[in-house]
Amino acid sequence: MDRLGNGIEAGRLAPGEYETNFADLHPRLDRHEALVAADRCYFCYDAPCMTACPTAIDVPLFIRQISTGNPLGSAKTIFDQNILGGMCARVCPTETLCEQACVRNTAEDRPVEIGKLQRYATDIAMETNRQFYERAASTGKTIAVVGAGPAGLAAAHRLARHGHGVVVFDAREKSGGLNEYGIATYKAVDEFARREVDYVTAIGGIEIRNGQALGRDFSLSDLGGRYDAIFLGMGLSGVNGLSVEGEDLRGVDDAVDFIAVLRQSPDKSLVPVGRRVVVIGGGMTAIDAAIQAKLLGAEEVTICYRRGKDNMNASGYEQDLATANGVIIRHWLAPKRILGEDGQVTGIEVEYTAMRDGRLIGTGETGVIAADQIMKAIGQTFAASGLSALQFEGGRIAIDLEGRTSIEGVWAGGDCVGLGEDLTVSAVAQGRDAAESINRALVVAGQPAMAVA
Amino acid sequence: MADIRNTFVGIKSPNPFWLASAPPTDKAYNVERAFKAGWGGVVWKTLGEEGPPVVNVNGPRYGAIWGADRRLLGLNNIELITDRDLYTNLTEMKQVKKNWPDRAVVASIMVPCEEAAWKAILPLVEETEVDGIELNFGCPHGMSERGMGSAVGQVPEYIEMVVRWCKQYTRMPVITKLTPNISDIRHPARAAKRGGTDAVSLINTISSIVSVDLDSFSPNPSIGGKGSHGGYCGPAVKPIALNMVAEIARDPETYGLPISGIGGVTTWRDAAEFLALGAGNVQVCTAAMTYGFKIVEEMITGLCDWMDAKGHQSLDDITGRAVPNVTDWQYLNLNYIAKAKIDQDLCIKCGRCHIACEDTSHQAITNQVNGLRHFEVMEDECVGCNLCVNVCPVENCITLDALPAGALDERTGKVVDPTYANWTQHPNNPMTRVAAE
Repeated sequence: MDRLGNGIEAGRLAPGEYETNFADLHPRLDRHEALVAADRCYFCYDAPCMTACPTAIDVPLFIRQISTGNPLGSAKTIFDQNILGGMCARVCPTETLCEQACVRNTAEDRPVEIGKLQRYATDIAMETNRQFYERAASTGKTIAVVGAGPAGLAAAHRLARHGHGVVVFDAREKSGGLNEYGIATYKAVDEFARREVDYVTAIGGIEIRNGQALGRDFSLSDLGGRYDAIFLGMGLSGVNGLSVEGEDLRGVDDAVDFIAVLRQSPDKSLVPVGRRVVVIGGGMTAIDAAIQAKLLGAEEVTICYRRGKDNMNASGYEQDLATANGVIIRHWLAPKRILGEDGQVTGIEVEYTAMRDGRLIGTGETGVIAADQIMKAIGQTFAASGLSALQFEGGRIAIDLEGRTSIEGVWAGGDCVGLGEDLTVSAVAQGRDAAESINRALVVAGQPAMAVA
Repeated sequence: MADIRNTFVGIKSPNPFWLASAPPTDKAYNVERAFKAGWGGVVWKTLGEEGPPVVNVNGPRYGAIWGADRRLLGLNNIELITDRDLYTNLTEMKQVKKNWPDRAVVASIMVPCEEAAWKAILPLVEETEVDGIELNFGCPHGMSERGMGSAVGQVPEYIEMVVRWCKQYTRMPVITKLTPNISDIRHPARAAKRGGTDAVSLINTISSIVSVDLDSFSPNPSIGGKGSHGGYCGPAVKPIALNMVAEIARDPETYGLPISGIGGVTTWRDAAEFLALGAGNVQVCTAAMTYGFKIVEEMITGLCDWMDAKGHQSLDDITGRAVPNVTDWQYLNLNYIAKAKIDQDLCIKCGRCHIACEDTSHQAITNQVNGLRHFEVMEDECVGCNLCVNVCPVENCITLDALPAGALDERTGKVVDPTYANWTQHPNNPMTRVAAE
């Protein structure tokens, strides 16, 4: 163990520290805590929290069900709208969604703890594997879903409920998408993502084929011939580069890879991290990477963001969580050059930035931050091949409000589309709604023509 | 500084806060603690006749209902009168009174409805030199099955008879404790007065089943799967008690009869309300059983501070002040017109006023204005019912404001008439028409 060893090293901490550092960020409320928290809900009319939820969960109803001792009924209220309500309870930025809309903020600056209450109810249902839905009679139709992430799983579940067969293709070894690979470890402990996939697919009629990447192992036209409809929910697999000198040096890593490796590593003491880490970016990925670098024992972790605090995609809560963990967040700094020695990162030269006439410019003033690891977290890009027949919008698949793409019979949702926010909960909403649209299309197609003389 | 010294039927106490006859006053240990905490007086837990004492159940004696955050709102109990030997109680009462000469100690008594029984116990109590007696005609559970407690309190003739015996056989002041388990509280109060009582105290507890265990289907509290109705008390019964106190205070037949107010007194405000409706002092039980004896400090300081702020110098300045304002519905002014008003700065936009009005009342509150979530009273629909005020979670956010005389009531299209007019004068009242013909 060498806390202060230079370079990118594993095992900076004592064994017990890893367990503490990567424990559940918000342990589940116990029954008493849940009742106290639920008591605060006013059961608003046309509740703003419900409007703020991308999946429109009936929040006042599910909280009232908790307060009257019916957590299973509460879980069903949640799952009716959002079958991944368990993960959303863990990873939703509630502080910018339902809890921001809570009317308790107006008088007391403290919302009802909707996220924690949602987790309380959904955990109880999932721990006992209480299933609320049965498949309708088989329609004989089969739908191909590409991507077993939040969008794909939500679509698959809803399609299965309607009696359709579903085959899900996922490029990676495990299902769950970003829930499995892209969420900070302390937000979804105890293999929650895997357990949630099992819970969702327990409805039946859903077959998941892992290690099957669109464009590598099969093409869109392969699916078209074999399935009655296609849903694309493969997310984003590319990572934006910094386009600065030195990006090829050892020690320059993608934050998403760091997060994925950490999540998949059963023994966190084997995951290497720099002594001094600089994370470039201002979103949730930057925050998750920076905090976890710190938790792995990095001495100094700095987030550099090229704009101001208000422009950061990470919520205020996430920013506070980072600073509370000892991460330094520096604004108005853009990467200019990565410095190295013998092929290894030694630091980063940054340039101060400013807004001039509505444009972001470099001021010319520069500085150097010593670092032995640089993590890039400046956004992901759509990187599937063989989809040129589809219409794109801003580099992502163009869809209409029902999730239909430019090709008939092909729907899409989640991060790979140009609509909505890049959130788990938005992906769930899009997957669910696309499934409803697919179902409507298949039902209409299946009806015999009627004479209207 | 307000003077809250109390004299009730000649019994002096440093403040009007007495502990009611109940578990907190069952023995010297508790009463000593209560006096140390500052209570002005106690009514000792009800004594029974000489001989083997009553027995209590050995399972749960209490059940409850709760409000938000498990705040206790109502308690019910199936505990009987004291289950300790009569002489043990009498000895302790005498010693406690000796130790605390400035505090009120009153003995509660419940013996069979026979002259000999009352004649036998009264001298024993008198010998303790306590300040007075309270006749327990109230307990609705257990003892009532044996012809005592509320079984007496529900028959005005029995009340009158027993009170008369007591006045005959003791020089001590007699307070008659009434049961609320009766259709019109004025009748037992009148009977007590006819018997010569010095005061009435009310209310005793209300017959109740507090809840049902949905696994065993037993009422709570459950004694091995069975339950019996208990006596209900605590904050939930206060409105019932206030009304009964007011009914007696404004009844011409009992007007001026001293009243000891009991029923859900939890804070100084509750006490002040009882006093305003005609009570000479108050008795407290459930609040002490919920929070301990220390609450009397809040009651004493709260009452004094309020009296100081309002310029009330003594309890006489407030006792009965609200009584003249309690009237029958038929005499309410039908020309008084009020409209709800929502303070938009205080509104948190929960929408409860809207949905309560929309679903269950007069469709007089908007939910949107110009496409935005906005709650506002439509004066042309508002009947001033106050439901929105009551369901609003923010105090004073919605108020009911009276329209001044001459103002237009947009709902009826009429201007507000400054004169007083009640139902007895209203043209829709059939009796008015009869009188006119």
